[in-house]
Amino acid sequence: MADLRNNFVGIKSPNPFWLASAPPTDKAYNVERAFKAGWGGVVWKTLGSEGPPVVNVNGPRYGAIWGADRRLLGLNNIELITDRPLQINLQEMKQVKMNWPDRALIASIMVPCVEEEWKAILPLVEETGADGIELNFGCPHGMSERGMGSAVGQVPEYIEMVVRWCKQYTRMPVITKLTPNITDIRNPARAAKRGGTDAVSLINTINSIVSVDLDNFAPVPTVGGKGSHGGYCGPAVKPIALNMVSEIARDPETYGLPISGIGGVTTWRDAAEFLVLGAGNVQVCTAAMTYGFKIVQEMISGLSDWMDEKGHRSLDDITGRAVPNVTDWKYLNLNYVAKAHIDQDACIKCGRCHIACEDTSHQAITSMVNGVRHFEVMEDECVGCNLCVNVCPVENCITMVGLEPGTLDQRTGKMVEPTYANWTTHPNNPMAQVAAE
Amino acid sequence: MHRLGSGIAGGRLAPAEYEQNFSDLHPRFDKHEALVASDRCYFCHDAPCMTACPTEIDIPLFIRQISTANPLGAARTIFSQNILGGMCARVCPTETLCEQACVRNTAEDRPVDIGRLQRYATDIAMEQNRQFFHRGAATGKTIAIIGAGPAGLACAHRLAMHGHTAVIFDAREKAGGLNEYGIATYKATDDFAQKEVDYLLAIGGIEIRNGQALGRDFSLQDLTADYDAVFLGIGLAGVNGLGLEGEELSGVNDAVDFIAFLRQADNKADVPIGRRVVVLGGGMTAIDAAVQAKLLGAEEVTICYRRGKEHMNASEFEQDLAASKGVTIRHWLAPKRILGKDGAVAGIELEYTALRDGHLVGTGETGVIAADQIFKAIGQSFKASGLGALAMEKGRIVVDDHCRTSMERVYAGGDCVNRGEDLTVSAVAHGRDAAEAIHSAFAVAGQPAVAVA
Repeated sequence: MADLRNNFVGIKSPNPFWLASAPPTDKAYNVERAFKAGWGGVVWKTLGSEGPPVVNVNGPRYGAIWGADRRLLGLNNIELITDRPLQINLQEMKQVKMNWPDRALIASIMVPCVEEEWKAILPLVEETGADGIELNFGCPHGMSERGMGSAVGQVPEYIEMVVRWCKQYTRMPVITKLTPNITDIRNPARAAKRGGTDAVSLINTINSIVSVDLDNFAPVPTVGGKGSHGGYCGPAVKPIALNMVSEIARDPETYGLPISGIGGVTTWRDAAEFLVLGAGNVQVCTAAMTYGFKIVQEMISGLSDWMDEKGHRSLDDITGRAVPNVTDWKYLNLNYVAKAHIDQDACIKCGRCHIACEDTSHQAITSMVNGVRHFEVMEDECVGCNLCVNVCPVENCITMVGLEPGTLDQRTGKMVEPTYANWTTHPNNPMAQVAAE
Repeated sequence: MHRLGSGIAGGRLAPAEYEQNFSDLHPRFDKHEALVASDRCYFCHDAPCMTACPTEIDIPLFIRQISTANPLGAARTIFSQNILGGMCARVCPTETLCEQACVRNTAEDRPVDIGRLQRYATDIAMEQNRQFFHRGAATGKTIAIIGAGPAGLACAHRLAMHGHTAVIFDAREKAGGLNEYGIATYKATDDFAQKEVDYLLAIGGIEIRNGQALGRDFSLQDLTADYDAVFLGIGLAGVNGLGLEGEELSGVNDAVDFIAFLRQADNKADVPIGRRVVVLGGGMTAIDAAVQAKLLGAEEVTICYRRGKEHMNASEFEQDLAASKGVTIRHWLAPKRILGKDGAVAGIELEYTALRDGHLVGTGETGVIAADQIFKAIGQSFKASGLGALAMEKGRIVVDDHCRTSMERVYAGGDCVNRGEDLTVSAVAHGRDAAEAIHSAFAVAGQPAVAVA
């Protein structure tokens, strides 16, 4: 049985699955239920300054896009930080932490970019016994209009400044939550590191309009005839999140900085992908909001079973394992040649590979051979682009097969070279680096 | 009447049972069901389902239209190829046509529910009486159509689209042909066949003259003299006989008559049925008669077919349906003699059969099944008079790929021709294609003999 115990910047939890700061972690009732269901930790829904709490809209807060059978693929929300009084949240956090000492309890915080504000709230949080704090520099709607959330996360200097304050005024580990609504995620991560953050967590939600009501010509969710952009999350954002996590994981300036991976984690497999790309643990929200807290049981068993099967004993065995294999395009081996291969026994003859290739790619798949419906790759046309693999409805029916060095690439008429050669040295590259004499 | 009373009698069931037994076999999908079902379609390239459809409906396109909340667009796609798409959705043996060809069968042994999705879209359009086609500008040409069945109706509609006028002659009281008289009641509930005729006629330019029989009220020659073209969609009016002792006994009936009578009966309790019923035959008609006999309250219904299961014309689905309703299907039994008592059927003697050297032979072993009613469903045959010298082959009208017969300006389609399977959907394809051929012939005839540069 694989050891799933997680130690993230000194914060211990029985497994690497935390609930992200969001509606599921809004109050003790939910968090208690989450811990009973098996979640390793929670990041309590973002606390604001003392005083009258924020108010939410009284209409719809969520919009969504769906896939097959109305399976939720992407969710967007316009909910703000907690709309409950600070003291109530603090009392409940303290009680929950006492009830569940083995679970991680992190406080998400968002107060104005004023030193006194941070200085004021940090001791209050610390008093609850919380294991750490997460700085919400990501919320892209509502709060950002007030100079908080992503408005801070988009300015690296502010990030660095606030992190520095936090490190100064609390002993608790500081996790800086980043917004993806920025051109280069490495800049805010570097700033957080300069400020002394213990970790970064990402991604927060992405600016989005999930759909438009075509009867009323208004964005969804529509509140009294108008809509506002929201924050996008769920399975649809995972690829964006994975890339951003890997960017930070492999950036020389932030290399080794602990990362809590967030963004569309729905299954154990998603979680494993975040971990191997450099995340120390993962945070989940949409999956829980879609299916309830019980899904963590699938994540725990799936991750554990996969690790057992592969002989990985602990999370340390897998964290960051894929990072060395993430590189820049220019370093990809241009001498590697692959061809698509269709398993005729698995083929159901839907023809999608053919029409995708014929209409939109390289005309390398037959549709008819000797008058019979038959789909086969023409290796002399196939550039190995993988589109057919992706449109085929049958898993593993079409696979990419790498050609062994020394075999003939029928398309180019050249032998496959055994050596590695990339764009930086390619003769077609006007900027090619000339090999040292 | 008691449920198990002997002889042939109506009223074997309670009113509610009749209602339930003759309600819709497959209720229409609701929107959610349709979305779930449509999502299974892979939108195949050069889709096999489409090729398998005699009317070549663009199935992937209409299913995608359903999946994108555009059922009316889906209906337009269907009706543009098959104006009787509503009935075909109900009666097509999809399991041997589009759904058999569905690639999902290869993947998971369960095709996309094409038939039910087609019904979903067509029902919505027809309930809203949404008309997608308009009568073309009048051409002044009038075409006589004999038979208001699927072939004749499809032909008339397509002719109207091209601006021609169609006059349909039909011997029966109502239009619809087998859709009205030959389909099992539970497949076309709520008077669907007549609603479909009304929907189709709404295009205009189509006149139906009921009670007009070929050979009795007019001949083909009369029509060719009076009309610009003629389309024959006269079906198969004859019923094969057994040629056996006892066939004249009371209680020996043609299955097609029974099916038609039941369809037309306002109150199913008025339809008399035997306590023990034997149906002879192996096609859809045999199944429809047997299943409905059971649904009318027959205690015991047995289909006897002289060959094996694999030879039956009835689809596997239909056979399973019959079995699920409690019909017993027995194979390798050929009728020898119908036994009577007091002028009525008492049973049937059958002989076991076998295939020897490719020939069906009796084994000599016989047995008797008690029965008070026997339905003959051993095939329909071409029966018509007044056709003159029209070329025939194997008892069907000879036509080419454009539904042209041996006679100038005379076209034919549906069950009466020597082309395609005897299916509603094939008849629709013939009627539609014949209309296109007629239209093209007019266009060719209308061109000047010598082109001027």
